[in-house]
Amino acid sequence: MPFGNTHNNFKLNYSVEDEFPDLTKHNNHMAKVLTQEMYAKLRDKQTPTGFTVDDVIQTGVDNPGHPFIMTVGCVAGDEESYEVFKDLLDPVISDRHGGYKATDKHKTDLNFENLKGGDDLDPNYVLSSRVRTGRSIKGYALPPHNSRGERRAVEKLSVEALNSLDGEFKGKYYPLKSMTDAEQEQLIADHFLFDKPVSPLLLGAGMARDWPDARGIWHNENKTFLVWVNEEDHLRVISMQKGGNMKEVFKRFCVGLQRIEEIFKKHNHGFMWNQHLGFILTCPSNLGTGLRGGVHVKLPKLSTHAKFEEILNRLRLQKRGTGGVDTASVGGVFDISNADRIGSSEVDQVQCVVDGVKLMVEMEKKLEKGESIDSMIPAQK
Amino acid sequence: MPFGNSHNQLKMKYSSEQEYPDLSKHNNHMAKVLTPALYEKLRSKQTPSGFTLDDVIQTGIDNPGHPFIMTVGCVAGDEETYEVFKELLDPVIQDRHGGYKPTDKHKTDLNPNNLKGGDDLDANYVLSSRVRTGRSIRGLGLPPHCSRGERRAVEKLSVEALGALTGDLKGKYYALKNMTEAEQQQLIDDHFLFDKPVSPLLLASGMARDWPDARGIWHNDNKTFLVWVNEEDHLRVISMQKGGNMKEVFNRFCTGLSKIEELFKNKGQEFMWNEHLGYVLTCPSNLGTGLRAGVHVKLPNLSKYRQFEEILKRLRLQKRGTGGVDTAAVGGIFDISNADRLGFSEVELVQMLVDGLKLLIEMEKRLEKGQAIEDLMPAQK
Repeated sequence: MPFGNTHNNFKLNYSVEDEFPDLTKHNNHMAKVLTQEMYAKLRDKQTPTGFTVDDVIQTGVDNPGHPFIMTVGCVAGDEESYEVFKDLLDPVISDRHGGYKATDKHKTDLNFENLKGGDDLDPNYVLSSRVRTGRSIKGYALPPHNSRGERRAVEKLSVEALNSLDGEFKGKYYPLKSMTDAEQEQLIADHFLFDKPVSPLLLGAGMARDWPDARGIWHNENKTFLVWVNEEDHLRVISMQKGGNMKEVFKRFCVGLQRIEEIFKKHNHGFMWNQHLGFILTCPSNLGTGLRGGVHVKLPKLSTHAKFEEILNRLRLQKRGTGGVDTASVGGVFDISNADRIGSSEVDQVQCVVDGVKLMVEMEKKLEKGESIDSMIPAQK
Repeated sequence: MPFGNSHNQLKMKYSSEQEYPDLSKHNNHMAKVLTPALYEKLRSKQTPSGFTLDDVIQTGIDNPGHPFIMTVGCVAGDEETYEVFKELLDPVIQDRHGGYKPTDKHKTDLNPNNLKGGDDLDANYVLSSRVRTGRSIRGLGLPPHCSRGERRAVEKLSVEALGALTGDLKGKYYALKNMTEAEQQQLIDDHFLFDKPVSPLLLASGMARDWPDARGIWHNDNKTFLVWVNEEDHLRVISMQKGGNMKEVFNRFCTGLSKIEELFKNKGQEFMWNEHLGYVLTCPSNLGTGLRAGVHVKLPNLSKYRQFEEILKRLRLQKRGTGGVDTAAVGGIFDISNADRLGFSEVELVQMLVDGLKLLIEMEKRLEKGQAIEDLMPAQK
């Protein structure tokens, strides 16, 4: 329930034409897919928790997009959104995820032993390594739609689960609303703190309601494993450390995730997952693995090479500035991560990062010596 | 087939305590009134169009307020909100409107002949005069809750009505979404253009949804009568001109409003109004007359006088900067307007402004000459 409109009982008294949004100036996945006919078909439907098509699309209606960036323009309010509104979401998913079909099956592989290499990325170039994903807890509505009671239940369950972790995972929870100034400073210095969303994409979906109630940050004592509670998803799980040992980062990621999942299952609230979409998250762009595995890497020469974008494309990688999505790179340091989320497993995606970054660092070294890299340009993965 | 209350039914599975918002850091009228017991009583209710308690209060939860400014913290989604949620809204109205009781009756007087004077405010001091109010069209959802179909119906009806105005009220409608660059620039230069709200108070209540669909500005050829369509209310009606002839401004205001109301009636529509609350608008702070009559006036000496605030208070006036609410005064020029909205008629409020200003200007002139003004101190109106 982002806003009151969702359950407006009188909107069906108006014709489809009168209710259909004006998407003429829009450029997002939702706007490309949603025709008036489709809207007519879906407009009187709702999920069991009451999420409607207007709820799904409001963020895309209110954020027409950018001529160069294709945003998704729709969100799920619960697990059932992906079923009830499949006529809209399947084509959006297909467009966003490289042609992933409504009949495709997604493979989950969180066995870190299946990753080859990844422990020897050159720390002179690779400054830090990080893997993140999201998880949704079955039986609760998602951030665009949940009530305060549901959100608090997610927090309670999550904190119980996280506090029962031990060994390298032993840690502490910091709820946003009762954080001391000192704790806040420390979390900012560690680059752990998340703030109330300011992006109109997120605000337009209603996920900032009741901020900062039931939001918080949990991290282990070593500061290498971090969980965000009730930000854009129920849980965001992050494993990170300085340097290039992606293998270690991924191992901690997999082990930690599995421990957490076990505890949730014991409470009869496992993670939302199915064979087709993998892990279910709020934004359709994060379905499948929900995984973004990346490094901060120095590529001052390669990044100015004519074929940099093409190389990334072929390696199935994407670049971002070191401030994250939509920031610029500083000093030739880039955030390089996997581009895919669905249709390949966690191991597959981290393997792409490991292999791709290894290659790019070699290219960088060649360019430093003034040598050509033409023979190293990879084939399309 | 309405949507029923399913989104609300899910919330009912959680106890009232689990759903009750954390208002411990809040300072707005809603937070002062909404106890856990009251929340429990109202949480299962909805208006016929489906507006719920959580819809009413969301903006107040998401905007805790300011230690010095008391915001209202709640909105109406339709006319019935004020009835279904009277146990919350009556005390809020009482606090906000100087003790106005649930049994009080409000008087409407839009007869400009009843205003005494107001045509002779010293133009050396009074730079401009303006009167504004809002109107809601009965039977259609209010901005926090309306669907696109309802909002477009408001626009269509309004444009038809305004299009039938004649004489010095004859004018033209500029839809926000079709405006040319030239038209936009002109409207900005005239200080007529309204933009998509940026205030989190407004955004959190959902009134910016689907922007700029069905929003627009109408004004007469003389640029002295202006109507905003679908901004914070269905209609905002403004009469304004340079100089201090408030009588003329108020004349035009009343005449224009009556004509518009007549045109609506001819089409079988009417404005939301009742004996107790007067004109029904989105924000409880605008009930009654919805009227703010004000001037831009030069008071550089008086504004520094230690009893300036006290004088305004006794005259039932308020000051703002010349950018409107929450802006600072520039060059000793203040926006001075009536403080009240409900429990006084339109004529009474404009009379208080006119009489009060006459006194303020007299005081300013005395202070210019270095003379005392203690003998001019008014009694509390």
